[in-house]
Amino acid sequence: MDVGSAGSSSHDDPVLPLLPCRSSRGRRRRTLVRKFLLSDLSHFSPFPQMSSAAESQFHVLAVDDSLIDRKLIERLLKISSYQVTTVDSGSKALEFLGSRVNDDRSSSDSLPSVSPSDHQGVEVNLIITDYCMPGMTGYDLLKKIKESSSLRDIPVVIMSSENVPSRITRCLEEGAEEFILKPVRLADVNKLRPHMMRTKKLKGQEQEQELQEESVTHCEVRSQPPRQHELEIEQSQQDQSQQIQQHQQQKSGNNNKRKALDVEEGLSPDRTRSRYNGVATF
Amino acid sequence: MERNSQLHRQVALMRQSLFDQGYLDEQFVQLEELQDDANPNFVEEVVTLYYRDSARLIASIEQALDKSPLDFNKLDSYMHQFKGSSSSIGGRKVKAECAQFREYCRAGNGEG
Repeated sequence: MDVGSAGSSSHDDPVLPLLPCRSSRGRRRRTLVRKFLLSDLSHFSPFPQMSSAAESQFHVLAVDDSLIDRKLIERLLKISSYQVTTVDSGSKALEFLGSRVNDDRSSSDSLPSVSPSDHQGVEVNLIITDYCMPGMTGYDLLKKIKESSSLRDIPVVIMSSENVPSRITRCLEEGAEEFILKPVRLADVNKLRPHMMRTKKLKGQEQEQELQEESVTHCEVRSQPPRQHELEIEQSQQDQSQQIQQHQQQKSGNNNKRKALDVEEGLSPDRTRSRYNGVATF
Repeated sequence: MERNSQLHRQVALMRQSLFDQGYLDEQFVQLEELQDDANPNFVEEVVTLYYRDSARLIASIEQALDKSPLDFNKLDSYMHQFKGSSSSIGGRKVKAECAQFREYCRAGNGEG
Protein backbone atom coordinates (compact mmCIF):
# COMPACT_ATOMS: atom_id res chain seq x y z
CA MET A 1 0.00 0.00 0.00
CA ASP A 2 2.74 2.44 -0.93
CA VAL A 3 1.76 5.97 -1.69
CA GLY A 4 3.84 5.92 -4.81
CA SER A 5 3.01 2.44 -6.02
CA ALA A 6 2.85 1.95 -9.72
CA GLY A 7 -0.36 0.11 -10.38
CA SER A 8 -3.25 0.71 -12.73
CA SER A 9 -5.63 3.39 -11.65
CA SER A 10 -8.52 1.01 -11.18
CA HIS A 11 -6.72 -0.66 -8.28
CA ASP A 12 -6.16 2.62 -6.63
CA ASP A 13 -6.68 2.26 -2.93
CA PRO A 14 -9.29 -0.27 -1.96
CA VAL A 15 -8.35 -0.54 1.68
CA LEU A 16 -10.11 2.66 2.74
CA PRO A 17 -13.74 1.66 2.55
CA LEU A 18 -14.87 4.93 4.06
CA LEU A 19 -14.21 6.63 0.75
CA PRO A 20 -15.49 4.41 -2.02
CA CYS A 21 -15.41 7.06 -4.75
CA ARG A 22 -12.63 6.73 -7.25
CA SER A 23 -12.56 10.28 -8.51
CA SER A 24 -9.37 12.30 -8.38
CA ARG A 25 -10.85 14.37 -5.60
CA GLY A 26 -11.50 11.17 -3.71
CA ARG A 27 -7.95 10.09 -4.38
CA ARG A 28 -6.57 13.30 -2.95
CA ARG A 29 -8.76 12.96 0.06
CA ARG A 30 -7.66 9.38 0.57
CA THR A 31 -4.02 10.43 0.35
CA LEU A 32 -4.62 12.97 3.10
CA VAL A 33 -6.41 10.42 5.24
CA ARG A 34 -3.64 7.93 4.67
CA LYS A 35 -0.99 10.47 5.70
CA PHE A 36 -2.96 11.24 8.81
CA LEU A 37 -3.20 7.57 9.67
CA LEU A 38 0.48 6.97 9.12
CA SER A 39 1.62 9.91 11.19
CA ASP A 40 -0.09 9.25 14.50
CA LEU A 41 -2.35 6.30 14.43
CA SER A 42 -0.16 3.53 13.18
CA HIS A 43 -1.17 1.40 16.12
CA PHE A 44 -4.84 2.21 15.96
CA SER A 45 -6.98 0.18 13.60
CA PRO A 46 -10.70 0.67 14.18
CA PHE A 47 -11.75 -1.51 11.25
CA PRO A 48 -10.15 -4.78 10.26
CA GLN A 49 -9.77 -3.65 6.68
CA MET A 50 -8.08 -0.47 7.82
CA SER A 51 -5.26 -2.25 9.60
CA SER A 52 -3.03 -2.57 6.59
CA ALA A 53 -3.42 1.11 5.70
CA ALA A 54 -2.65 2.14 9.25
CA GLU A 55 0.23 -0.31 9.47
CA SER A 56 1.76 0.33 6.11
CA GLN A 57 4.93 1.18 7.91
CA PHE A 58 7.18 -1.85 7.71
CA HIS A 59 7.59 -3.91 10.82
CA VAL A 60 10.90 -5.64 11.47
CA LEU A 61 11.59 -8.30 14.04
CA ALA A 62 15.22 -8.19 15.20
CA VAL A 63 16.75 -11.16 16.98
CA ASP A 64 20.10 -10.89 18.77
CA ASP A 65 21.44 -12.13 22.06
CA SER A 66 23.72 -9.12 22.49
CA LEU A 67 22.10 -6.13 24.14
CA ILE A 68 24.43 -3.69 22.43
CA ASP A 69 23.71 -5.13 19.02
CA ARG A 70 20.00 -5.08 19.72
CA LYS A 71 20.19 -1.43 20.64
CA LEU A 72 22.19 -0.63 17.56
CA ILE A 73 19.95 -2.49 15.14
CA GLU A 74 16.88 -1.00 16.77
CA ARG A 75 18.23 2.50 16.25
CA LEU A 76 19.29 1.78 12.69
CA LEU A 77 15.85 0.45 11.86
CA LYS A 78 13.97 3.21 13.61
CA ILE A 79 15.97 5.89 11.88
CA SER A 80 14.97 4.24 8.61
CA SER A 81 11.35 4.63 9.68
CA TYR A 82 10.60 1.02 10.40
CA GLN A 83 8.62 -0.28 13.29
CA VAL A 84 10.88 -2.51 15.37
CA THR A 85 10.46 -5.34 17.81
CA THR A 86 13.57 -6.82 19.37
CA VAL A 87 13.92 -10.18 21.06
CA ASP A 88 16.98 -11.85 22.51
CA SER A 89 16.54 -15.40 21.29
CA GLY A 90 15.23 -17.55 18.48
CA SER A 91 12.64 -19.15 20.69
CA LYS A 92 11.27 -15.77 21.74
CA ALA A 93 11.16 -14.80 18.09
CA LEU A 94 9.09 -17.85 17.25
CA GLU A 95 6.83 -17.11 20.17
CA PHE A 96 6.27 -13.61 18.89
CA LEU A 97 5.66 -14.86 15.39
CA GLY A 98 3.47 -17.61 16.75
CA SER A 99 1.06 -15.09 18.17
CA ARG A 100 0.75 -13.90 14.60
CA VAL A 101 0.20 -17.42 13.29
CA ASN A 102 -2.70 -17.98 15.68
CA ASP A 103 -4.39 -14.90 14.36
CA ASP A 104 -3.95 -16.26 10.86
CA ARG A 105 -5.59 -19.52 11.77
CA SER A 106 -8.51 -18.03 13.58
CA SER A 107 -9.29 -15.39 11.01
CA SER A 108 -9.09 -17.79 8.12
CA ASP A 109 -12.01 -19.65 9.59
CA SER A 110 -14.08 -16.54 9.86
CA LEU A 111 -16.10 -14.70 7.26
CA PRO A 112 -14.52 -14.46 3.82
CA SER A 113 -14.46 -10.69 4.02
CA VAL A 114 -11.56 -10.89 6.46
CA SER A 115 -8.61 -12.32 4.59
CA PRO A 116 -5.97 -14.38 6.41
CA SER A 117 -3.35 -11.69 5.86
CA ASP A 118 -5.62 -9.04 7.28
CA HIS A 119 -5.55 -10.11 10.90
CA GLN A 120 -5.86 -8.09 14.07
CA GLY A 121 -2.42 -9.05 15.29
CA VAL A 122 0.96 -7.79 14.35
CA GLU A 123 2.34 -8.24 10.89
CA VAL A 124 6.06 -8.74 10.43
CA ASN A 125 7.62 -7.73 7.12
CA LEU A 126 11.17 -8.79 7.75
CA ILE A 127 13.13 -10.80 10.26
CA ILE A 128 16.75 -9.90 10.89
CA THR A 129 18.69 -12.26 13.09
CA ASP A 130 22.16 -12.80 14.47
CA TYR A 131 23.79 -16.05 13.49
CA CYS A 132 25.70 -16.92 16.67
CA MET A 133 23.23 -17.25 19.48
CA PRO A 134 23.13 -19.72 22.33
CA GLY A 135 20.45 -22.37 22.03
CA MET A 136 18.79 -21.75 18.70
CA THR A 137 21.20 -20.22 16.21
CA GLY A 138 20.09 -17.83 13.50
CA TYR A 139 20.38 -20.66 11.03
CA ASP A 140 18.08 -22.88 13.11
CA LEU A 141 15.60 -20.03 13.31
CA LEU A 142 15.79 -19.50 9.56
CA LYS A 143 15.06 -23.16 8.97
CA LYS A 144 12.11 -23.15 11.31
CA ILE A 145 10.67 -20.11 9.60
CA LYS A 146 11.03 -21.58 6.14
CA GLU A 147 9.42 -24.79 7.33
CA SER A 148 6.34 -22.96 8.55
CA SER A 149 3.69 -22.42 5.91
CA SER A 150 2.48 -19.22 7.49
CA LEU A 151 5.90 -17.73 8.14
CA ARG A 152 7.97 -18.69 5.18
CA ASP A 153 6.94 -15.78 3.04
CA ILE A 154 8.56 -13.39 5.50
CA PRO A 155 12.03 -12.40 4.25
CA VAL A 156 14.85 -13.34 6.63
CA VAL A 157 18.23 -11.65 6.86
CA ILE A 158 21.18 -13.08 8.76
CA MET A 159 23.89 -11.05 10.51
CA SER A 160 27.24 -12.34 11.63
CA SER A 161 30.52 -10.98 12.88
CA GLU A 162 32.37 -13.80 11.17
CA ASN A 163 33.01 -13.94 7.48
CA VAL A 164 32.71 -17.66 6.82
CA PRO A 165 31.84 -18.32 3.16
CA SER A 166 30.39 -21.76 3.78
CA ARG A 167 28.14 -20.29 6.46
CA ILE A 168 26.99 -17.56 4.11
CA THR A 169 26.22 -20.03 1.33
CA ARG A 170 24.36 -22.31 3.65
CA CYS A 171 22.14 -19.50 4.88
CA LEU A 172 21.41 -18.20 1.42
CA GLU A 173 20.59 -21.70 0.25
CA GLU A 174 18.20 -22.14 3.12
CA GLY A 175 16.31 -19.09 1.90
CA ALA A 176 17.87 -16.09 3.61
CA GLU A 177 17.57 -12.94 1.54
CA GLU A 178 20.83 -11.37 2.61
CA PHE A 179 23.82 -12.04 4.80
CA ILE A 180 25.11 -8.94 6.55
CA LEU A 181 28.51 -8.74 8.19
CA LYS A 182 28.70 -7.03 11.54
CA PRO A 183 29.13 -4.33 12.63
CA VAL A 184 25.90 -3.33 10.97
CA ARG A 185 25.70 0.06 9.30
CA LEU A 186 23.00 2.22 7.86
CA ALA A 187 24.00 1.21 4.34
CA ASP A 188 23.24 -2.42 5.24
CA VAL A 189 19.82 -1.50 6.54
CA ASN A 190 19.08 0.40 3.35
CA LYS A 191 19.55 -2.82 1.43
CA LEU A 192 16.61 -4.34 3.24
CA ARG A 193 13.93 -2.14 1.80
CA PRO A 194 13.43 -3.92 -1.54
CA HIS A 195 12.83 -7.23 0.23
CA MET A 196 10.15 -5.72 2.39
CA MET A 197 8.55 -3.85 -0.47
CA ARG A 198 8.14 -7.06 -2.36
CA THR A 199 6.26 -8.79 0.40
CA LYS A 200 4.23 -5.72 1.21
CA LYS A 201 3.14 -5.30 -2.37
CA LEU A 202 2.22 -8.92 -2.47
CA LYS A 203 0.02 -8.56 0.60
CA GLY A 204 -1.35 -5.37 -0.89
CA GLN A 205 -2.26 -7.20 -4.05
CA GLU A 206 -4.10 -9.83 -2.08
CA GLN A 207 -6.02 -7.08 -0.33
CA GLU A 208 -6.99 -5.63 -3.67
CA GLN A 209 -8.20 -8.98 -4.86
CA GLU A 210 -10.22 -9.52 -1.73
CA LEU A 211 -12.03 -6.24 -1.89
CA GLN A 212 -12.86 -6.07 -5.57
CA GLU A 213 -16.15 -7.94 -5.89
CA GLU A 214 -16.17 -7.90 -9.67
CA SER A 215 -12.71 -9.43 -9.89
CA VAL A 216 -12.47 -13.02 -11.02
CA THR A 217 -9.58 -13.86 -8.73
CA HIS A 218 -11.56 -12.49 -5.81
CA CYS A 219 -14.35 -14.98 -6.40
CA GLU A 220 -11.75 -17.64 -6.74
CA VAL A 221 -10.28 -16.86 -3.33
CA ARG A 222 -13.68 -16.87 -1.67
CA SER A 223 -14.73 -20.16 -3.09
CA GLN A 224 -11.51 -21.91 -2.25
CA PRO A 225 -10.75 -23.30 1.19
CA PRO A 226 -8.07 -21.43 3.19
CA ARG A 227 -5.36 -23.82 2.03
CA GLN A 228 -5.54 -22.26 -1.41
CA HIS A 229 -4.21 -19.09 0.10
CA GLU A 230 -0.68 -20.38 -0.36
CA LEU A 231 -1.19 -21.22 -3.98
CA GLU A 232 -2.52 -17.72 -4.36
CA ILE A 233 0.65 -16.33 -2.86
CA GLU A 234 2.79 -18.14 -5.37
CA GLN A 235 0.65 -17.08 -8.28
CA SER A 236 0.47 -13.50 -7.11
CA GLN A 237 4.15 -13.43 -6.47
CA GLN A 238 4.77 -14.75 -9.95
CA ASP A 239 2.50 -12.14 -11.50
CA GLN A 240 3.92 -9.59 -9.13
CA SER A 241 7.48 -10.32 -10.21
CA GLN A 242 6.49 -9.95 -13.81
CA GLN A 243 4.78 -6.67 -13.11
CA ILE A 244 7.95 -5.44 -11.51
CA GLN A 245 9.93 -6.55 -14.51
CA GLN A 246 7.62 -4.94 -16.97
CA HIS A 247 6.67 -1.75 -15.23
CA GLN A 248 9.39 -0.83 -12.85
CA GLN A 249 12.47 -2.56 -14.21
CA GLN A 250 13.77 -3.28 -10.76
CA LYS A 251 15.97 -6.16 -9.87
CA SER A 252 13.86 -7.31 -6.96
CA GLY A 253 12.23 -10.69 -6.89
CA ASN A 254 14.25 -12.16 -9.67
CA ASN A 255 17.65 -12.66 -8.16
CA ASN A 256 19.12 -16.09 -7.86
CA LYS A 257 17.70 -16.65 -4.39
CA ARG A 258 14.19 -17.23 -5.63
CA LYS A 259 15.00 -20.29 -7.64
CA ALA A 260 11.62 -21.99 -7.37
CA LEU A 261 9.76 -18.96 -8.63
CA ASP A 262 12.16 -18.42 -11.52
CA VAL A 263 11.16 -21.81 -12.81
CA GLU A 264 7.48 -21.00 -12.50
CA GLU A 265 7.90 -17.72 -14.27
CA GLY A 266 8.63 -19.70 -17.40
CA LEU A 267 4.89 -20.30 -17.56
CA SER A 268 2.89 -17.74 -19.43
CA PRO A 269 0.87 -15.52 -17.11
CA ASP A 270 -1.97 -15.47 -19.56
CA ARG A 271 -2.39 -19.18 -19.31
CA THR A 272 -2.65 -18.97 -15.53
CA ARG A 273 -5.10 -16.12 -15.64
CA SER A 274 -7.29 -17.76 -18.18
CA ARG A 275 -7.46 -20.82 -15.99
CA TYR A 276 -9.02 -18.74 -13.26
CA ASN A 277 -11.26 -17.08 -15.77
CA GLY A 278 -12.45 -20.40 -17.06
CA VAL A 279 -13.39 -21.71 -13.65
CA ALA A 280 -15.23 -18.65 -12.50
CA THR A 281 -17.39 -18.16 -15.56
CA PHE A 282 -20.87 -19.39 -15.02
CA MET B 1 30.68 31.97 25.01
CA GLU B 2 34.42 31.81 24.87
CA ARG B 3 34.66 29.21 27.62
CA ASN B 4 32.13 26.95 25.97
CA SER B 5 33.83 26.98 22.61
CA GLN B 6 37.15 26.24 24.29
CA LEU B 7 35.67 23.22 25.97
CA HIS B 8 34.13 22.17 22.70
CA ARG B 9 37.47 22.43 21.03
CA GLN B 10 39.10 20.35 23.72
CA VAL B 11 36.49 17.64 23.40
CA ALA B 12 36.94 17.65 19.65
CA LEU B 13 40.68 17.23 20.03
CA MET B 14 40.30 14.41 22.50
CA ARG B 15 37.86 12.72 20.21
CA GLN B 16 40.18 13.04 17.27
CA SER B 17 43.09 11.60 19.22
CA LEU B 18 41.07 8.54 20.08
CA PHE B 19 40.74 7.94 16.38
CA ASP B 20 44.36 8.75 15.67
CA GLN B 21 45.58 6.38 18.32
CA GLY B 22 43.46 3.62 16.96
CA TYR B 23 41.11 3.33 19.89
CA LEU B 24 38.09 4.09 17.76
CA ASP B 25 37.20 3.36 14.17
CA GLU B 26 34.47 4.34 11.63
CA GLN B 27 31.80 2.36 13.40
CA PHE B 28 31.93 4.95 16.15
CA VAL B 29 31.24 7.63 13.57
CA GLN B 30 28.27 5.58 12.43
CA LEU B 31 26.96 5.66 16.00
CA GLU B 32 27.40 9.41 16.13
CA GLU B 33 25.48 9.73 12.90
CA LEU B 34 22.58 7.83 14.41
CA GLN B 35 22.24 10.47 17.07
CA ASP B 36 19.99 13.40 16.36
CA ASP B 37 17.76 15.90 18.10
CA ALA B 38 15.10 13.30 18.71
CA ASN B 39 17.67 10.93 20.21
CA PRO B 40 20.40 13.16 21.59
CA ASN B 41 21.90 10.60 23.94
CA PHE B 42 22.17 7.61 21.74
CA VAL B 43 25.94 7.32 21.79
CA GLU B 44 26.06 7.83 25.54
CA GLU B 45 23.41 5.14 26.06
CA VAL B 46 25.14 2.61 23.88
CA VAL B 47 28.55 3.24 25.37
CA THR B 48 27.12 2.99 28.88
CA LEU B 49 25.55 -0.32 28.01
CA TYR B 50 28.86 -1.39 26.54
CA TYR B 51 30.79 -0.56 29.70
CA ARG B 52 28.32 -2.40 31.85
CA ASP B 53 28.33 -5.39 29.57
CA SER B 54 32.11 -5.42 29.28
CA ALA B 55 32.61 -5.16 33.02
CA ARG B 56 30.47 -8.21 33.44
CA LEU B 57 32.31 -10.08 30.72
CA ILE B 58 35.71 -9.16 32.09
CA ALA B 59 34.71 -10.39 35.51
CA SER B 60 33.62 -13.72 34.01
CA ILE B 61 36.85 -13.93 32.04
CA GLU B 62 38.96 -13.27 35.11
CA GLN B 63 37.09 -15.94 36.98
CA ALA B 64 37.63 -18.38 34.15
CA LEU B 65 41.33 -17.50 34.03
CA ASP B 66 41.66 -18.43 37.68
CA LYS B 67 40.52 -21.94 37.02
CA SER B 68 42.89 -24.67 36.16
CA PRO B 69 43.00 -26.24 33.72
CA LEU B 70 41.86 -23.36 31.55
CA ASP B 71 38.59 -23.84 29.74
CA PHE B 72 39.57 -22.40 26.38
CA ASN B 73 36.17 -22.93 24.84
CA LYS B 74 34.49 -20.88 27.50
CA LEU B 75 37.13 -18.19 27.26
CA ASP B 76 36.79 -18.15 23.52
CA SER B 77 33.06 -17.75 23.82
CA TYR B 78 33.40 -14.81 26.23
CA MET B 79 35.91 -13.23 23.90
CA HIS B 80 33.61 -13.70 20.95
CA GLN B 81 30.94 -11.74 22.78
CA PHE B 82 33.38 -9.06 23.87
CA LYS B 83 34.81 -8.73 20.41
CA GLY B 84 31.32 -8.49 18.94
CA SER B 85 30.17 -5.70 21.16
CA SER B 86 33.46 -3.81 20.85
CA SER B 87 33.23 -3.99 17.10
CA SER B 88 29.64 -2.77 17.15
CA ILE B 89 30.60 0.41 18.94
CA GLY B 90 33.82 0.98 17.06
CA GLY B 91 36.21 -0.05 19.77
CA ARG B 92 39.01 -0.94 17.42
CA LYS B 93 41.81 -1.54 19.86
CA VAL B 94 39.75 -3.67 22.20
CA LYS B 95 38.52 -5.65 19.24
CA ALA B 96 42.09 -6.31 18.14
CA GLU B 97 43.05 -7.42 21.63
CA CYS B 98 40.11 -9.78 21.70
CA ALA B 99 41.12 -11.26 18.38
CA GLN B 100 44.62 -11.84 19.72
CA PHE B 101 43.25 -13.43 22.85
CA ARG B 102 41.12 -15.76 20.79
CA GLU B 103 44.11 -16.82 18.77
CA TYR B 104 45.77 -17.84 22.00
CA CYS B 105 42.66 -19.70 23.05
CA ARG B 106 42.58 -21.60 19.81
CA ALA B 107 46.21 -22.49 20.17
CA GLY B 108 45.60 -23.57 23.74
CA ASN B 109 48.18 -21.02 24.79
CA GLY B 110 47.53 -20.27 28.41
CA GLU B 111 50.63 -18.14 28.85
CA GLY B 112 49.74 -15.69 26.10
